[in-house]
Amino acid sequence: MSATRAALPPKHRPADTGDRPVDRRLGSTLLRHLAVVLAVGLLLVAVSYAVEPFRNFQLATVAAYLCATAGLTVLTGLNGQLSLGHGALMATGAYTVALCQNAFADRGMTGGWLLPLSLGAAIVSTVAVGAVVGVAAARLRGPYLAGVTLAVAIVVPALAVTFDGVFNGEQGLSVPVEPPPLSLGPYFPYERWQLWLTGAATLLALLLLANLIRSRYGRSFRAVRDDEVAARLAGIHVARTQVLAFVVSAATAGLGGALLAVLAQSVSPGAFSLTLSLFLLMAVVIGGLGRLTGALWGAVLLVALPDLTHSVTELLTLSPAVAQRLEGNLPLAIFGLTLIVVMIAAPGGVQGLLSRLGRGLLARWSARRS
Amino acid sequence: MDRFVFLTIDGLSRGAVYAAFALALVLIWRAARVVNFAQGAMAVAAAYVAYTVSTTTGSYWLGFAVAIVAGLLLGALVDRVVMRHVDHASHLNPVIVALGLVLLIQAVLGMVYGNEFRPAEAPFSRSALTVGGVAVLSPYDLFVFATIGVVVSGLAWMFARTPVGLRMRAAAFAPEVSRLLGVNVGGMLTLGWALASGVGALAAMLVMPTELGLHPHAMDLVFVSAFTAAVVGGLDSPPGAVVGGLVVGLLLSYVSGYAGSDLTPLAVLVLLLAVLLVRPGGLFAPVAARRV
Repeated sequence: MSATRAALPPKHRPADTGDRPVDRRLGSTLLRHLAVVLAVGLLLVAVSYAVEPFRNFQLATVAAYLCATAGLTVLTGLNGQLSLGHGALMATGAYTVALCQNAFADRGMTGGWLLPLSLGAAIVSTVAVGAVVGVAAARLRGPYLAGVTLAVAIVVPALAVTFDGVFNGEQGLSVPVEPPPLSLGPYFPYERWQLWLTGAATLLALLLLANLIRSRYGRSFRAVRDDEVAARLAGIHVARTQVLAFVVSAATAGLGGALLAVLAQSVSPGAFSLTLSLFLLMAVVIGGLGRLTGALWGAVLLVALPDLTHSVTELLTLSPAVAQRLEGNLPLAIFGLTLIVVMIAAPGGVQGLLSRLGRGLLARWSARRS
Repeated sequence: MDRFVFLTIDGLSRGAVYAAFALALVLIWRAARVVNFAQGAMAVAAAYVAYTVSTTTGSYWLGFAVAIVAGLLLGALVDRVVMRHVDHASHLNPVIVALGLVLLIQAVLGMVYGNEFRPAEAPFSRSALTVGGVAVLSPYDLFVFATIGVVVSGLAWMFARTPVGLRMRAAAFAPEVSRLLGVNVGGMLTLGWALASGVGALAAMLVMPTELGLHPHAMDLVFVSAFTAAVVGGLDSPPGAVVGGLVVGLLLSYVSGYAGSDLTPLAVLVLLLAVLLVRPGGLFAPVAARRV
């Protein structure tokens, strides 16, 4: 046993995979990532035919959340900047999509290219907001940054209520979305179309993020996270790197929020409360900071946990009032508790546990062979 | 002019509460180098305990006392059970754990009491007394000022003049040396958490009747305001926290009085950003040496 343990890498390695030497046999990083994305895309299409519509919708929601959690992983896990305001950035993207789609609908414009245009506008507007917050964030450290982004998370939903002429207050806006194109057939299920849409957008975002992480910029992100002074001595412009990380993660958060709005076909300030921002952070931490696969676990958790608690509360025979109280709050409690336990017991998160398990099995297997 | 006087006094009264809450943040920051993002949720929990006691016994003052005791115990519990076991190597870790606590506490409160607003009673009248035709202080304002004054001066006296205060300062400033000199550093840390949480619970009891009432999220915005107050004063400075609290209280009162209450969160954000960008250490912190 001690021999296998010695074969394991040191325990206190920073929690990311980006530092691994690139495997040359598999060709360029871009090609490899493209292949993975294509494979996952094909798998998604196959799955979308195999499962019922509700599951399709759930998978689409996972994809939308994954967009946001992947961006937050880059920011917090790779660059070491803590943001509690990503819910607000998602709200920015969601409201932009709603305003664009409504404007198109009012002018009677139709066509398949409108939605990508709106999504692009959502990304542009969140990039602008992200750049403003990011410039401030690059000058702030630790708890100060957390405090400012916390304030952003509380202020942005309040803005929607203040300027209710544009954003329609607590009611929010509806997001008109066109039905699937007729070329797919008249009875094409709407949920499957939703999954295709969000899946495609998210896979594209993930492809860009994965390549960014493996690039020179990704290395500077990690260098700044690990030691700002050393990074500066190595010739990295620390503030510029931090702003870039913030802008990138803001763009994906905006896209995630926009996709969520398209899925729900509505947007309201209540959907983007402080709790959502906290949820995103929880998801990223529980999934495993610093790994995009960790962001996937987090996004799955965000969708599955409320569903799971719903089934549990249905199993127990409770009065409707009690059941309603439990249903809203039980996932929150579980999330909070999991977060505390994970931070204390397994800072690598789910993905860290899995890869440690995998590495252990691999080491045992190779030990048996030799 | 009447309106200005009224808004100023209202702002000072609110500011006193923010000052107390900011002081609680500063206490933990000085003792453990942690900004306790769960402070608001912990204070709400104490206020709910007080609500239960007050409604079952019918006595406001019993509930008030229980809130402070509950706050003290909760603070000690959070330190002993949770915070002590967190790896403080990265400054992210304690913040993330505190946010987990926020979710957990708010969810448990929601499960036990429900997510609706509950009225929070005030022990004194909140209608202002008039002096020479001008509405000035309400009895409740006086009560707030007196309570906060007693707590702040009590804490100042404790830290400056008592052996326990000296040990707490030593434990925060130089833990290793203090340990060698026989100071129970862990115990001092727990005491710091308990005191801060007790002060936070007191602040929550004072601010609840002036806000919408009791709700699991009732302290979210108050926390942001208090954090801003602590940053305005510099996280390391207790007098700074008090001044910062009064500044934030006045600002919020003027903004909501002259521009509309919807804009107060925005005003807090602008003030927070302005202070952090111009003087990140706060107005009261000594200028630190540049690192590179």
